[in-house]
Order: sequence, then structure tokens, then C-alpha cells
Amino acid sequence: MYNKGTIIPGLIIFVLFVTFPIWFNGLTTAGDLPKPELPPGGEKQCVMPADYMRANHMQLLNEWRDNVLRDGDREILEIDGKKYPKGLQMACMQCHTQKEKFCDSCHTYAAVDPYCWDCHLTPNEAASKEATH
Amino acid sequence: MIEKTLKGKPAYWIWLAFLGMFMAIGAACYVRQYNFGLGMTGMSRDVSWGLYISQFTFLVGVAAGGVMLVLPYYIHNYKEFGRITILGEFLAIAAIVMCLMFIMADLGQPMRALNVVLHPSPNSMLFYDAIVLNGYLFLNILCGWVILTAEKKQVKPPKWIYFFVYLSIPFAVSIHTVTAMLYCGLPGRHFWLSAIIAPRFLASAFAAGPALIVIACLVLKRVAGFDAGRKAMDKLVTIIIYAAILNMFFVGLEFFVGYYSNIPGHKHALEYLFFGLEHHGHVYNNLVPFMWAFVILAFGSIALLATPLARKKNDFFLGLGCAGLFLAFWLDKGIGFVLAGFVPTPLHEITEYIPTANELGITIGVWATGFLVVTLLYKIAIGVEHEVEEC
Amino acid sequence: MDKQRRKFLKIAGASVVAGIGAPAIVKLTSSPALASSAGHAPAADVHGGHVEEAPKGVRLGMVIDMRKMEEQPGQLDNAIAACINAHNVPQFPDSKNEIKWLWKAPFENVFTDHSGYHASNKITDTDFAVLCNHCDDPPCVRACPTQATFKVKSTGIVAMDFHRCIGCRFCMAACPYGARSFNWQDPRPYIKKYNKEFPSRMKGVVEKCNFCAERLALGKEPACVEACKGTGAITFGDLNDAKSELRAVLDKEFTIQRKSTLGTKPSVFYIV
Repeated sequence: MYNKGTIIPGLIIFVLFVTFPIWFNGLTTAGDLPKPELPPGGEKQCVMPADYMRANHMQLLNEWRDNVLRDGDREILEIDGKKYPKGLQMACMQCHTQKEKFCDSCHTYAAVDPYCWDCHLTPNEAASKEATH
Repeated sequence: MIEKTLKGKPAYWIWLAFLGMFMAIGAACYVRQYNFGLGMTGMSRDVSWGLYISQFTFLVGVAAGGVMLVLPYYIHNYKEFGRITILGEFLAIAAIVMCLMFIMADLGQPMRALNVVLHPSPNSMLFYDAIVLNGYLFLNILCGWVILTAEKKQVKPPKWIYFFVYLSIPFAVSIHTVTAMLYCGLPGRHFWLSAIIAPRFLASAFAAGPALIVIACLVLKRVAGFDAGRKAMDKLVTIIIYAAILNMFFVGLEFFVGYYSNIPGHKHALEYLFFGLEHHGHVYNNLVPFMWAFVILAFGSIALLATPLARKKNDFFLGLGCAGLFLAFWLDKGIGFVLAGFVPTPLHEITEYIPTANELGITIGVWATGFLVVTLLYKIAIGVEHEVEEC
Repeated sequence: MDKQRRKFLKIAGASVVAGIGAPAIVKLTSSPALASSAGHAPAADVHGGHVEEAPKGVRLGMVIDMRKMEEQPGQLDNAIAACINAHNVPQFPDSKNEIKWLWKAPFENVFTDHSGYHASNKITDTDFAVLCNHCDDPPCVRACPTQATFKVKSTGIVAMDFHRCIGCRFCMAACPYGARSFNWQDPRPYIKKYNKEFPSRMKGVVEKCNFCAERLALGKEPACVEACKGTGAITFGDLNDAKSELRAVLDKEFTIQRKSTLGTKPSVFYIV
């Protein structure tokens, strides 16, 4: 075999580099599963089952967004006697009041950075400059 | 063929490094703008488009100008343009790359640019502009590359490519027409609301684009030993002069309509551009020097190019005339046209626009990128020419 | 054999292209913009835009009675404050960054095609309310390349979808009323008080008056109308409903619209 001295160390470096995420996660705590904090108010009911929400909340939010903004369909959902006006701020954040402990925990883990809160106010943000009507 | 860009004299590499430096400055400025928002620019609520969109408008013209080589060569079989047609096509590629970069630099939410494709809106002129600009870019890359490859192999280009060559001619006209339509279809902006905008854009494009090609040929003659041929250059200058005169004629027509009809709305922007517009005791005139420079440079350059001095004897005067004309039409379309459309505002206030240093950094960075692209492409084209000659 | 294979490849290639292209074309041709332009021919505006289309559907509109505004000084300021509070409108100190939904301006600025020559003092001394006209034929909607601004069919409101806006500002160039503002930077530091029922905006998008669509959905009046309640300064309603209070005012009073000659058919009327 020619150039054994270069090829084998090169291969080792390559394999180490490619498998970086696996061993890095094994050695550090970066891979710990997130534990989103459930609503502080103790609500157990959501607009959809938890499994569905976990997988599809982004599609549902997009659907609501188009309903409300584009189709003028602002029908208020009623589930088990509780009313949910379509909207991140109007419905979701009424129960999940702690964006930092609920939303962020998974989003940070999955390294996604949705721009929802560039505009929508979290209860904490809203309280920072409370309107007095 | 790309390997031709990897070999060159030191001067070639110094030139690339020089451009690279400005590109790096532009990139750094863009990062700042991306993070902060377009507030880093001098644009405002009243003058909501600035240097980026005006550069875009001008460069669409430079891209369309390439057709002034393609058309005589392929339609009229004007053989003298055989050697330089590829320069026109490659210049168009670089110009459109700059256009697209300026558009991206101007977007408030650049990450959402693809919404134009995801939510196609056939009522918007920007939708068509995106189609024709990208289409023209594609056509020029395709035609330029296929024909150059054939030349390298010293065979005739495949027949199918001629379909795309002919298609690129209406596309060249359409890119600048649609760009004019971005402006001239807007109610309530009197300066832009004029049917002469599209022809005027085309006229100035057919002067500015070929003028840049003449300059490029003169430079290539000195640094790369590429001779476009005196006859070809002479014909190009004839085209440039006629197109430039047409543009000045169209500008004159705007003056006639405004001042003879005496409708204030038609006069405001012209007054602002050329004489200064008085409003509540203050005269707004920050574009006046640019516009008079445009007029003087344009007429001076036309006169210079029309004399035997520039045409027969002296490369320096030929270059000077073309550079003067290019600069003149840049002042007209790359500065005056877009900015004056916002004067006065819909509520008849006047806001002036002064670009910020950061904005200028990005603008220069994009221009440097364009020059880099054109340098690399011309290096390839000239390299192939030399290779063929040596055989 | 060889020829047949080539033919097969050609057909296969063509069908792949058709398969990929078809959904885009279907989407394109089914877009509301095309459908509406093909569906009806607008009534001819022979008299400089004063002839409007025959009623169809709901078209929300507004009459601003400047006489009533003058009777109660501060009335317009209250309406503007209500608007700013309701929509988290930032207050920038400089005109470069200004975000305006409802604001005030002198007659000569608002009605630029009306002569101010020897105008009555009443006109020259008063500030007029300025807002989006929610035109029946809005140039901004025509210009938008992503349908981020669009007409809501059920109300006639010219709405914005901030999620979709790419910030090209074509709509700002297209609007003849200067009703649109761009977020040149993050607006949040300049919002004085938050209304937690409504979002703010982000940098890089265009915004404007939305006729309080979010309040209408809850059965409330627009914030500015509510702020002027009882004074009759602003009347809000459906222009196409012959029995509405709005129509009663329009039938009785002489009203003007801004720049009616441009054919945009504004839905906001003024009594001077």
C-alpha cells in the first residue's frame, strides 16, 4: 500500500470528524432530552391531544394564522366548555404562560428559531410595559 | 474552461485581491444591516427606496445593453461582432448578478425572498421582473457557455442553441421594459407615471451597456492582448451615439410635457432634480449638481465620440467618451430617476435622501462582486480565444 | 430501437416537467387576483372616480366629520392615542423611522389636489385625520409580489399579513396616500405600552391601519371610532348597506375623498 502514513491518519481524522455529533453528545450534556414545563395553572386540556400538538403545533398555528388573517375566519373554538380564540397570544399563551420554560426548551434542543416572538408578545414581555386602559 | 481563471499574471491576482477587499467590506456592512435592519441606510418613510434599487435599475440596463451585440451578429449576420458578442453576454451575466444582489440587499426580510415564488402574484410587476431577470440570466449563461465551448473545440455551435440565442433578444428588451413598469404603473407618483419611461430606459441602456463593453475592450487590448477590431468598435460607437441621443431626446420630452402643460405635479420632480424645489421657504436641491453633471457629461461625451479624434485616432479619447457617457447615464438612472420619484411625498412634503456609509459599503461591495464576476468570465473568454489562435 | 428509446426519454422528460409545473400553474390561475379580474368588469369611472361600483358584498368605510372634530378639541388626539394603544404602534422621535396608522396633517397635505388658495380659515387652521383609505381598487395590493397585502373579501378591508411580507416596499411606492410605514428597525424599544391582546411588528415589514379587524371580530368598533363615541365625529359601517348609519350620513352630507381622480375608490370620506 502506498502512502500508508498519510492515508490511515487521514481516515481516522475523517471518521472522528464525521461522528463528531455522536461522541460529543455522549461526552457532554448537550444531548439531554428537554423537559418542557407544563402550564403553571395546571390545565390538562389543549385544543388537540398532546401527541398531535407536539408533532404538528406549527402547522396548526399556520392554519390559524391563515384563517384569521386571510380568510377572516376568527371563529372561537370551544373545547370542553373552554374558549380558544385562534391565536398564539390569544389561546396558547393563556395557559403556557412561560414561553421560556415551555416553548424554548424544545426549540433550543432542536435548534429551531421560529420568529413567532419577534411580533407576538409573551406574557412576560407584555407585563414589562403594561398598558393601563 | 474554468481552469483558465486559475492562471494569470501578478496583475490579475492583485486586481482580484483589490476587488476581494471591497467585497469583504461590503459583506461586513451587510452583516451589520442584516442584524439591525434597513435603518442602517439613509432611506426613510418618505424616500423608501434608495441607492440599492436605483443601482438595480441602472444595472438592468447594462445587462440589457448586451443585446446590442447579439442582435447585429445573430440577426443581421454582422460578422465583425463575432469576437465580442461573448463579451456582451458575459457582461450581462455579471450585471444581473449585481441586480439580484441589490434586490436582496434591499429586502427587509431577505430570508423570505422565496415567498415571491411560493405565493405567485401575477398582478405584481415584481413577479414578472423576477421571471424575466432570472430567465435572462439563465439564457446568457447557457448561450455564452455553449457557444464558447464550441469555439474551444473549433466546431460549429449546436443548432438548438440558436433558439435560445434568438429568445434572449426579446428577453433583453423585456427585462428593462418590466423594470420600467415597476415605476410607470404607480398612480400618484407623477414623475414615474409616464409612458416614455420604458423607451427611455432602453435608450440609455443601449448606450451605457455597449459603452462599458468598449471600455472593457480597450482594457483587454492593453492587459490581455485582445483586439476587438477597429471596425467592430466603430460600429459599437455608432450604436452608442444614436442610443444616447435618443435618451436625451426623451428627457427633453419630459421637460416639454411638464413645463408646457404647466401641471405642477409634472414639474415638481424635474424642478427638484435640475433647479431645486422650493417648499415652505426652503429650497431642496441636493441632486442638482448630479443632474447638471449628467447633462454636461452626456452632451460632451456624445460630441467627443462623434469626432474623428475618438473614432479613428485615439483610444484614450474613445475610452474617455465612453466612460463619460456611462457615468452620465449612471447619474441619470442610477441616482436621479429613482430618488426624484419620491419628491414630493404623497402628502406633499419633501424629504431628501443621503445614503449612509454602511449603505455605500454594501453598494461598493456589490459592484466589486460584479467586476469580479466579469473579470473571471472575460478571463475564460479571452483564454479560449488565445488558445484557438495558437492552434 | 435506439430511436424509440430516445422518443421514450423525451416523453418521460416532458411529463416530469409537466408534473412539476402543473401545481404551480393551477395555483397561479386559481389565485384570487386573476379570478376577480376575470369575474367582472368594473364600472367605468368617467367622471373622475365619483362613479363607484354597484354594491356587492360588505365594503367597510368611514366618514370623518371635521366639523364635529373641531367642536371638541383634543378629540382627534384621543382617537390617535386609542389607535396607538390598541395596536402597539411604536413612537419614534424622528420622521425617518416614523410608524403611522392614524395621524393628523393640514388640509393642504391631505387633499393635495384641492386648491388651498383663499381657503377658509376653518380649513387652514384644522388638522385632518389621515389613515389608510382601504381603497376598493388598492394600488398597494396590485403591487405586492407575495400577496402579503390583500383585500379581505368578506369586509373590503385592505389587510396585511406580516408573516409573509418580504419588505420590498413596493406597496409604499404604490400607495398614493402615504398610508404605509416600514419597520426600519426593531420597533419594540419604541412601544410605550403593550396591549397584550395584539402583537407588535418585527423589523423589515410594512404596516398600516387595519380598520381594527381584530376588534370588529369581537363585535367591537374600531378603536378610533370608539374613542369618538357620542360625538358623531367618525361614522363607521358598510358602504354597501343602504340602511347603515354610514349611508344615512353620506346621503345627507356633502363629502369628499382624497385623490379621487386616481381611480383607487377610497372608502374613507371627509366632511369638511
